[in-house]
Parts: sequence; C-alpha cells; structure tokens
Amino acid sequence: MENYILKLENVSKTFENTNVLKGISMEVARGEFITFLGPSGCGKTTTLRIIAGLLTPDSGRVILDGEDVTALPPEKRNVNTVFQSYALFPHMTVAANVGYGLKVKKVAKNEIAQRVEEMLSLVQLSNYANRRPDELSGGQQQRVAIARALINRPRVLLLDEPLGALDLQLRRQMQLELSRLQKKLGITFIYITHDQEEAINMSDRIVVMKDGRFQQIGTPDQVYNQPRTAFVAQFVGNANIIDAVVRKSGEQATAMVGGAELPICATQLPPGSRISLACRTENILLGCPGGASAVVREKSFAGGLLRIELAMENGVSVVATRHGINFDAEPGQALTFDWDKENVVIVEKEEQR
Amino acid sequence: MRKKHQNRLGQQSGAQALLLLPIYAVALIFVLGPLLYMIYLSFMSRAQVWGFVNEFTLDNYAQMLEPMYLSTFAASLKLALTSTVLIILIGYPFGYFMARLSADWKRRMMLLIMLPFWTSSLIRLYGWIIVFRSNGTLDQLLMGLRITDRPLKLLYTYPAVVVGMIYALLPFMILAVYSSAEKMDWSLLDAARDLGAGRIKAFFSITLPLTMPGLLSGVILTFIPSMGLFFIADILGGNKIVLVGSLIQEFLTKGRNLPLAAAMSVVLMLITTVLLSLYRRIAKTRELEGLI
Repeated sequence: MENYILKLENVSKTFENTNVLKGISMEVARGEFITFLGPSGCGKTTTLRIIAGLLTPDSGRVILDGEDVTALPPEKRNVNTVFQSYALFPHMTVAANVGYGLKVKKVAKNEIAQRVEEMLSLVQLSNYANRRPDELSGGQQQRVAIARALINRPRVLLLDEPLGALDLQLRRQMQLELSRLQKKLGITFIYITHDQEEAINMSDRIVVMKDGRFQQIGTPDQVYNQPRTAFVAQFVGNANIIDAVVRKSGEQATAMVGGAELPICATQLPPGSRISLACRTENILLGCPGGASAVVREKSFAGGLLRIELAMENGVSVVATRHGINFDAEPGQALTFDWDKENVVIVEKEEQR
Repeated sequence: MRKKHQNRLGQQSGAQALLLLPIYAVALIFVLGPLLYMIYLSFMSRAQVWGFVNEFTLDNYAQMLEPMYLSTFAASLKLALTSTVLIILIGYPFGYFMARLSADWKRRMMLLIMLPFWTSSLIRLYGWIIVFRSNGTLDQLLMGLRITDRPLKLLYTYPAVVVGMIYALLPFMILAVYSSAEKMDWSLLDAARDLGAGRIKAFFSITLPLTMPGLLSGVILTFIPSMGLFFIADILGGNKIVLVGSLIQEFLTKGRNLPLAAAMSVVLMLITTVLLSLYRRIAKTRELEGLI
C-alpha cells in the first residue's frame, strides 16, 4: 500500500485557449488536511473538479489510492465533494439528501436510515431530517452538504470554498467544527479557499497557487515564515518585498538596501547578486541608528494596527505596523528602518509580464 | 412600525383592486357570461329549425351516451393521448438541450421556434397538404431516394393528423420544458454524479423531478388543445377522422343543434378542469410554466 492517497502527475488543462493548469504535480498523504490557497482564477477549483472527475485533464494522471482514475467518471471514484453553492437537492428532504449517495449504491433501506441518523447527529441536525433545504439557514445547509458527502465514507473529501457564503462569526465556528470532524473521522480533506486565515488555521499543509502553477507547498509555518516566492510572502500575511544586492555571503550575510548595509539570512549567493527580500510589516524596526534611510509617507490606523508607510530614495515603499496609535513620526519626516536577520527571507520574484 | 407597513400594504391593495376592476369587468362579460350561457343552453331543448326552446331537459347529456358520440370522445382522447406522448418524446429533449445552449444559441433557437407563428396556422396546414398528398413532396422525396416505389398516400390518414397535431402543438411543449430546465441549477447534476449516480440515474432522480412542472404544463398545453383542434383533423384527416371539436362545430352549423353542441362543450370543459386540477395537485402550483 502506498503512503499517498492521492497523487497528481503533471496535470494540465486548457479552456478556450487559456492555460488554467500548467502541469501540476503533488502527493497528498492519508488523513491529511491540505488546502489549496490562491486568488480567484488561479486554477484551484479546476484542480478540484479534475480530482472529482467532473473535468478531464488534457494531460497528466490522477492516481487515487494507487489506482489511475484519470479516465473514470465521477460516479466511479470514491471521492466526494462539498460544493461552493452546496448544491443540495431542493426537491428532497434533508434525510433524502444525505441518504442519496447510499440509495444510488443500492444500500439496504434500514442501513441507509441508520447511517443517515448517525450522520445527522454528527453534524447536529437530527431534528431537521424532514425539512427541505430551503427551510434551513446557510450554516445548516452547509452541514447537510458535508453530511451528504461524508456518509459515503469517501477516500478523499473535496471542499470547494465551503464557508465562502457564511458570515464571519459562523465561519470561525465552522472552521473549528470542520477541523474537529476531520480529525475524528481521519478522512483526507482537500480544501479550497482564498482566505489565508482559514488556510493557516485548519491545514496540515498549504498549497499556494497562482496562474495554474504551484508557488509553494508546505506547512502553515513554512508558508508563513519561509515563503519561497514574493507572491507567497504577499498573499499569506502581508510582507514587504524589497530589492537588494548581496554584499557579503555566508553565515553573516549582508545586503545593500537603499544605500545601507543590512544583515540578511545566510546565503551562498555571490556578492553583487540582485535579490528580493521579504520582511513582514510587524518585523520592520523603525528609528534604529545604522538602518536604511527613508521618509515617512503616510500614517494610518486600521484593525488595531498603526500602519506606517515609508518611501526609500529609489521610490520603493516599505510598510511597518505597530500596535496602538502612539508612534512619534509625521509624514515628511526622515526615518531609518532595520530588521533582524532571522526575519528576512530571500524570495523568488517573478518576471514582470 | 410593522402596523404602519401593513397599513400601507392594505391601501396599496385597495388601489390595486380598483385598477384591476376593468379586467374583472371584461372577464365577467366576455368569459363568465358566455360560459354560464353555454351551461344554461346545454340543459335546454332543441328548436325545430334554428336556436333553442326554453324547456329544461337532460336529453342532451343522455344523447352523448349513445355509442356514436362515446366513440367520438374515445377517438378524440386517443388522438390527444397519441399526439401528447409523441410531443413529449420530441419536445422534452428539445427543450432540455435548448436550456443548455449558450445565450446566443438560445436566442437563435427561440427565433426559429417563434418564426412559424408569424404565418396563419391554417395556411401552414395547407402546406402539409402539399407535403402529404398523393405524389406530393414527401412521396416524391421517398421515391426519389428509392425508399418506396409507389406513393404512400398519407393525406387523409391518421398519421397525417398526428403529424399535424405535433406540428401545431410542439412549440408549447418545448417552451414549457425549456423554461423549467432553464431555471435548473446544473451543479445539482454534478453533485448527483459526485455522489455516485450515473447519467441516467441522475436524470431520473434530479433532472426529471425538477423539470416536472414544465413537463406537466407542456402536457396541459398540448393535450387539452389537441382534443379541440378540429380543423387539423378536418384538413389533414378529411372526413374520416371525427373529433369532439368537429362534432361541436357540426352541430353548431349544419346540424343546427345548439343545446347538444353546448352540452358537448361542457363535457369537454369538465375533462379539461379535471386535468388542470390534477396538474395543480402534482406540480403544486397554479401557474402554467412556459406561458409567461
């Protein structure tokens, strides 16, 4: 038996001359909670539909539990989906919706009834068995959709932005419930979202996608603290991307940032290499002697954070955030900035297109 | 707050009722009036030459139980049933697939369906005579392609009448099914397939129940008229195929038996009412899909 429940091999898909997926490959471990994170149009839903069998890839293979399922129709794959719009059957009761998958597979009636009951109590909807979907709230419909998929004991459960339509409070609550459910059942979850908080809170691993390619696959910690590309650094948490030139390499590496020599993480790149550095806004130190010089451009307060935007001589802006509103700097004032080298990562910057 | 709102609503509906008054008046004079007159007429006696005599009788209804009339009703029902079944078989897939076309193609198809309505239906029926008559277009085509070696002489046969019925009523079925299928959320089919249903199973458990209102309304819109479209039977069936509609027309004109014609109309209407109430019970709506 393989360690991986799902394997994508060089999968690509084109719609009407648009390359939606440009040859992606990955492996998903048994029982893993994996999240595809990316802006809309990055190809994450296409990937999900290919895994579900609702789309056929132009090339590449989908391997489920060691079996090549690329050519199999959705009904022949033991994979279930929680759709973004829930797609509950409006002409059936909640119980009939949940039992649909079993009924189609001709499971005995009393077994269906029993498993539906179990499933509904698992998602705390036992009292709603005979209601119609349109009589339920958004959160309840959501849980019916999850129960309807889980009752089939899928090898992989696919969730397409399942919390997108819910309000913030309900979303937080459902995030916790989903994580709990996943750990309890031990089913592999493949989750799609464009919300970085959701991804960081729930996932074992995050796949950051952009323009039909994987930018980075890693644990939430890796993706947040060691972003591989400028896009990842900016999409997951807001990082500054600053152009610099390596001055010294090795353990005590430094780089020239706007006329000042600042320490950076260890690198083997030769001096003179042009690099891009990512540093999170909360890790920008302000007003330190020997830092890079800049001018305060703007100061604003939002969401409990004071945001100070600096402009360097070459026009590049650097944003720093602080808690509270007390910070002694006004627009136009000269201010130096610095960072600890542990908080700086060299990232790949994409070619401008 | 709420009371105020209700008040405003109340006023609004009062004003609305006033505005609707002319419609009610028209309905009263031109629909309910003639209807009541027809029912009244059906219980009167036949006059010797023309018109009727004010004498109550149940004879008209009793007369309809005669084998000749009963068999006419049976033949009408049979033709209506045959036509409707064929119209479902053609119209349902047509309407269903039309709903899955792109917006551009939907518009084009809609235009094609509407186009024939710009010509009088009578003239279009005469077109069918040219097609069906002995050595007509169809015969020449079939013989030209060497599928048959002699004329089929389809005109004035039962199949010709059925084709005429299908031709006249198919658009109503297509539009009814289309408007129902158009409203369907196609992701439901994805969900059904995802949950393990094959195409056929998904169709019968999801698509068919969700488009049932359209299908039923299509049945109403085709079945009921097909019992009364006597001119199709007359033109394409000659005098061989007699329908209730033809009989009513016959008694109104040449037969000079107004009360019997009225009684037959009442019975026809009762059949229609039964069908409509059946539709309401199954589709759980009063509105006929595809009419609006």
